[in-house]
Amino acid sequence: MSLVQNFPFFSIFLCIFGGVVTSVLNKKAARRVTLCISAIVFLMSATVWHYTLSATGSYSFMMGHFPAPFGNEIRIGRLEAVMATLFSFIMFMTLLSGLFNLDNHAQPQKQNLFFVMVDLSLAALLVMLYTNDLFTAYVFIEIMTIASCALIMVRQNGHTLVSATRYMIMNLLASGITLLGISMLYGITGHLLMPQLKQAVSVIHQRGLYSVPLTVVVLLLTVGLSIKSALFPFHSWAPDAYGNAPPVSAAILSGLVSKGYIFLLIKIFYRVIGMDVVRSQHILEVLFVFGIAGMLIGSVSAVRQRDIRRMVAYSSVAQIGYVFMGIGMGTAAGTAAALFHMVAHAAAKPVLFISSAALTDASGDHKRFHFLHGAGYRCKAAGVSFSITAMSMVGIPLTAGFISKVRLSLAGMVLPDAYRFAVLFTLAISTLLNAVYFLHTVVSVYRKASPEAQQAVPCPLHPMTLQSKVSLVILALLTLILGVLSGPVMQSIFAGLRSFS
Amino acid sequence: MSKRNSNWGNTLQGRFLRWMRFGWEPMDVLLIDKMSQDRDESVNDALSAAENLRDLQLSEKYNADTAIEHSIMQELDEWSLSKGRKIVNRLYALLSVTLCVTVILLLLETVIAMPMRGVAVSPTNNEVSQRYIEEGMEETGAVNIVAGMILDYRAFDTLGESTVLFIAACAVLILLRIDRDKDGRPTQELIAAEEDDRSHEPKSDRILQGSAMILTPVVLLFGIYVVLNGHLSPGGGFSGGAIIGAGLILYLNAFGFAKASRFFSYKTFALITLLSLSFYALAKAYSFYCGANGLPSGIPLGTPGSILSSGLILPLNICVGMVVACTMYIFYAMFRKGGI
Repeated sequence: MSLVQNFPFFSIFLCIFGGVVTSVLNKKAARRVTLCISAIVFLMSATVWHYTLSATGSYSFMMGHFPAPFGNEIRIGRLEAVMATLFSFIMFMTLLSGLFNLDNHAQPQKQNLFFVMVDLSLAALLVMLYTNDLFTAYVFIEIMTIASCALIMVRQNGHTLVSATRYMIMNLLASGITLLGISMLYGITGHLLMPQLKQAVSVIHQRGLYSVPLTVVVLLLTVGLSIKSALFPFHSWAPDAYGNAPPVSAAILSGLVSKGYIFLLIKIFYRVIGMDVVRSQHILEVLFVFGIAGMLIGSVSAVRQRDIRRMVAYSSVAQIGYVFMGIGMGTAAGTAAALFHMVAHAAAKPVLFISSAALTDASGDHKRFHFLHGAGYRCKAAGVSFSITAMSMVGIPLTAGFISKVRLSLAGMVLPDAYRFAVLFTLAISTLLNAVYFLHTVVSVYRKASPEAQQAVPCPLHPMTLQSKVSLVILALLTLILGVLSGPVMQSIFAGLRSFS
Repeated sequence: MSKRNSNWGNTLQGRFLRWMRFGWEPMDVLLIDKMSQDRDESVNDALSAAENLRDLQLSEKYNADTAIEHSIMQELDEWSLSKGRKIVNRLYALLSVTLCVTVILLLLETVIAMPMRGVAVSPTNNEVSQRYIEEGMEETGAVNIVAGMILDYRAFDTLGESTVLFIAACAVLILLRIDRDKDGRPTQELIAAEEDDRSHEPKSDRILQGSAMILTPVVLLFGIYVVLNGHLSPGGGFSGGAIIGAGLILYLNAFGFAKASRFFSYKTFALITLLSLSFYALAKAYSFYCGANGLPSGIPLGTPGSILSSGLILPLNICVGMVVACTMYIFYAMFRKGGI
């Protein structure tokens, strides 16, 4: 086994070890350690991606001395590697750009604990991508839940604590539902590792055994993970949590954490239950309908918002709807488009949260739109990056959002008539709504404020540093790069999905 | 201007433009007035008189709208406080009861259809559990096969579980710890918490202190026994750690923070957690690296049944036990007064 093959394991352990060490460091050292860790994880993941491109594809890695059905295992393929590379890069850039105003939101003495949470959520994200064992996935879902709740409540005022409590209740309910699903699945198959589970499930399905528990398992796992990723009927926690958390936490939660759960759901569909069995349970139709409803209702709610952060948060609900619509199509092309949309959204959403925070900071901490007039001139880097990523969210050509929307509609074209109509119609309406609220924001940010109002705006307490400006623009440019050079990512996604089934 | 009808502000286009300008915000009258004044002064350089007039019309219309909106909202408020609340509450109660009953029935139906437990043909009785039972002792060196399973076969999951405890302790610290201010002086909040701590209960309770004097050493000793014998008999880090934590909490309750902090301060907590978790992570990283790459790890398993056996399981049990005990103690201290 070559050294490169060990890198996913190294990166997981590095994050856990880093999280433990960070708890005793002071604020500055904790920040440095966390930045180093995410940079190293990015480099290692990129190497692994390069390795999987050149080698035969996927391999599994024993976590211990005991082979597959007896011990834990992780599995590394092109899809996992490309996701890990992009997610760790986004994490690194989000931290570089978003930490400038952390002092506004978190007590200095407690900031090292904030970095503990960041490290461990990166670890949990990596494990969700790589794991080949359903119970390991559950353990790290728990870590992710606690970490993200702490990321919200690190800002201690009334609103944030209420939203954190809401987040906690919904997410713990979802954890419980997922655990119930996993233990029932264990009860009817006797396995926890994904390849063995898939074999056992297909045998059970062919023989027609335990059909009620199998349906309930699929239902429970899907519902649990969709609550956690804020799919439409379960989205009520999301706008509060994202809107009231410190901007960098909101960026991490909505950009990366929710994607980990969706990736795990896709992995469960393809590698545990098997797409044939999933199709026979008709859960995909439900996801499709909820995805479409989420796209429309999320966008309409975003238009109605008066606060820029809540608007961006509701737009997340709409984007999660896109992803679930892609999964709900049930074809490889649909899932690949959904995965690419996940990447596009993960690259854009952190920028939107951080730049909107910078814009409101530059407008005397007012989040309402009419106070933001001229903010794009007061904080140029934030204005530019907000505009670029807003265009990606709308789906203007040359951006990543355009590619994912084209992919989604191409995947929708080959479906039966009713589906095709639903996909194309909803995409059109939702794109229009996206354009309405995002371009409205861009316009109001670049509207000249009256000179008096301009002078009345106080200087922000913690203005953006050069480092955070540069990294914010780089992260915004990533959406353009992903839009222009989507080829390699798309190829890895398709190859990885093929090796999943 | 002449082409536009007088009701322009109410058309779709007019409303859209107004939204582009002001957003949804029902702006207060003052702000609108101020804006139109601003405009008046800057007529020469930017705006034509016609546009200014339109703005004025818009703002008048806007004020009228706002007034109507306010009156409607007020009515709605009154309604929702009296009649509406009752209706909505009943509807919610009805819906949640229906949902719960449906889920309960669904799960009961599932339980009936699940395979029987404890029967030879049950799917969980497969080669995995067979190997754990038959070869577990030989392969892990632990007589207690549960310890062998959680700390050797599936050690990665257990590392995750200990991290869950650690991260939960950190989350509670974020939420409840009351820090000193920048210069190291106690803040008002801290002083208040110190004063409020146990203000309604007797400070030094003879009966409690007497029984704690007898019980604490026994409890701690028993906890240590359960941890150290984790690989030989039922027990292990999680259960033993909980016992030790309970003993520490009993001591704290009887003798107060002043005495307890002589041997358990915040620094002790940080140090113990750091050392045990990093030892766990590093030891398991080494063992996984060897296992995955097919290298001999060189950790002796010893003779099953003796106290120094089963390779890494004993030290890992100690680590887990210390983390659990510290977490329990810190939870208690944080919930009681936000500090140690």
